Amino acid sequence: MDFQEKLHEFQQYIDAEEKIEPKDWMPEDYRTHNIRQISQHAHSEVIGMQPEGKWITRAPTLRAKKILLAKIQDEGGHGLYLYSAAETLGISRDEMIAQLHEGKAKYSSVFNYPTLNWADIGAIGWLVDGAAVTNQLSLRRTSFGPYSRAMLRICNEESFHQRQGYEIMLKMAKGSPEQHEMAQDALNRWWWPALMMFGPHDNQSSRTTKGMLWKIKRASNDELRQRFIDKTVPQAVFLGLKIPDPKLRWNEATGHYDTGEINWEEFNQVIHGDGPCNRERMAHHKNVHAEGAWVREAAAAYAARQE
Amino acid sequence: MIMDTQQALFQYCLRLGDTNLILGHRLSEMCSRGPMLEEDIALTNLALDHIGQAEVLLQYAGEVEGKGRSEDDLSYLRPVDEFRNWRLVEQPNTDFAYVIARQFMVDVYHCLLYQKLQKSNNEILAGMAGRFLKESIYHQRHSSAWVQRLGLGTAESHRRIQQAFNDLWKHTPEMLAAKPYEKKLIDYGIVPDPEELALDWTVQVIRVITQSGLRRPADSFVETYTAHTEHLGHLLAEMQYLQRSYPGAKW
Repeated sequence: MDFQEKLHEFQQYIDAEEKIEPKDWMPEDYRTHNIRQISQHAHSEVIGMQPEGKWITRAPTLRAKKILLAKIQDEGGHGLYLYSAAETLGISRDEMIAQLHEGKAKYSSVFNYPTLNWADIGAIGWLVDGAAVTNQLSLRRTSFGPYSRAMLRICNEESFHQRQGYEIMLKMAKGSPEQHEMAQDALNRWWWPALMMFGPHDNQSSRTTKGMLWKIKRASNDELRQRFIDKTVPQAVFLGLKIPDPKLRWNEATGHYDTGEINWEEFNQVIHGDGPCNRERMAHHKNVHAEGAWVREAAAAYAARQE
Repeated sequence: MIMDTQQALFQYCLRLGDTNLILGHRLSEMCSRGPMLEEDIALTNLALDHIGQAEVLLQYAGEVEGKGRSEDDLSYLRPVDEFRNWRLVEQPNTDFAYVIARQFMVDVYHCLLYQKLQKSNNEILAGMAGRFLKESIYHQRHSSAWVQRLGLGTAESHRRIQQAFNDLWKHTPEMLAAKPYEKKLIDYGIVPDPEELALDWTVQVIRVITQSGLRRPADSFVETYTAHTEHLGHLLAEMQYLQRSYPGAKW
């Protein structure tokens, strides 16, 4: 069978909603597209441990501390799971981490924003995990088998995180005036970065077309973003908080909320490494990785001796 | 007489609870700082278990005390000199070897303690100990495996884990010492005799240390009489920050 025939068969398989498994034939582009997307997702889970981790030691109650620890532990577990899914495509975790450190692999730009008060932990759960889960729910139907199965499991935990985040927001928004102020401040700072998580507008996104054709991506950036906005605005109203968008209003005709425009200049700056915390996040990851080298070497030397 | 026993039981629970709380806090500082992702997750898991144990112990301590203090009141609103944790667990995460050495010494003690405490005449303590023991056995398996890996791994890991034991060893007498208030609790069959625990602990710890190619640290150090080292104050300043800054707020 020549390449075109194989490609045709591959496409038919995907169009029939069948899953592609690691040992199946796949075009090289499909493989690299998946490696890029899954490793980016794994890196996001791992880098995402940092901003939330900043508040573990200051969590205000034992219960809150346990919930936050369990949540961050879940994120680490997701990272591990996703690295394994990507490894089925023929790349090692070490290579993926090297790509991250060299700036060749990206992670979600939202984690380059700082966590400044306790309500940020609520806002991350509510908005960031909320946006992530909107995206991931659609990815449960992605065409690459291991990724799709990872999403099934991850979505359950993420929606739990989102509820926990909302619970913090509720306590803060309905709490003392200072707490309410912290909640509003957190919403002000996280709203736009959360919307940016869905990526550029559909007509600006170079990768959307092929990703959709191969059913790696199952809904467009703008569709998913709108879905998130429509779901989240009423929740903010219930909290008694104000969404920081003067142009936000319900559109009776479309049945959706209209919004102001995202600051794409800021988006591009953050993507290209000039966000508020990009350098700190990468430096932290690199330092920890370098500091841990002697431990990994010891474990490897010990294991080799046992064989 | 009854009041005295209650008071002693309160102190006892506080010591166990605070030790778990402070150790759990130290471990939670390791989040996103593990030498590999698997270990990052494992350390967070340990933190969760210890904070969970602290929660139950301090809640019971509050009930025994009978002044209406919750586990959060006890954790977040006591000053440093009222904390009863072992000095060992407040020592900082200097490197992964310190984290492991500290954890291993605690795990061995916890396993021995909980094994005996599950037979306590006090049903509540016995029940807790039974639950905690399951976790501690798993913890000890993890930490002793790492002591071995580091001791027998590379020259660098050997040097670091030996250093960690040498530096932390001076805190072990305080951890192993019997407290005056324990006497009555031992007599009533409520808690095990710490002197027996200390003997068993020493045998087990030395065995793993030597099996890992390490030397028993020297016992020559000045026994200090302070309840805490300089580190606890900083730890509490951070841990108690929100509760202290916004008194009465509900989180």
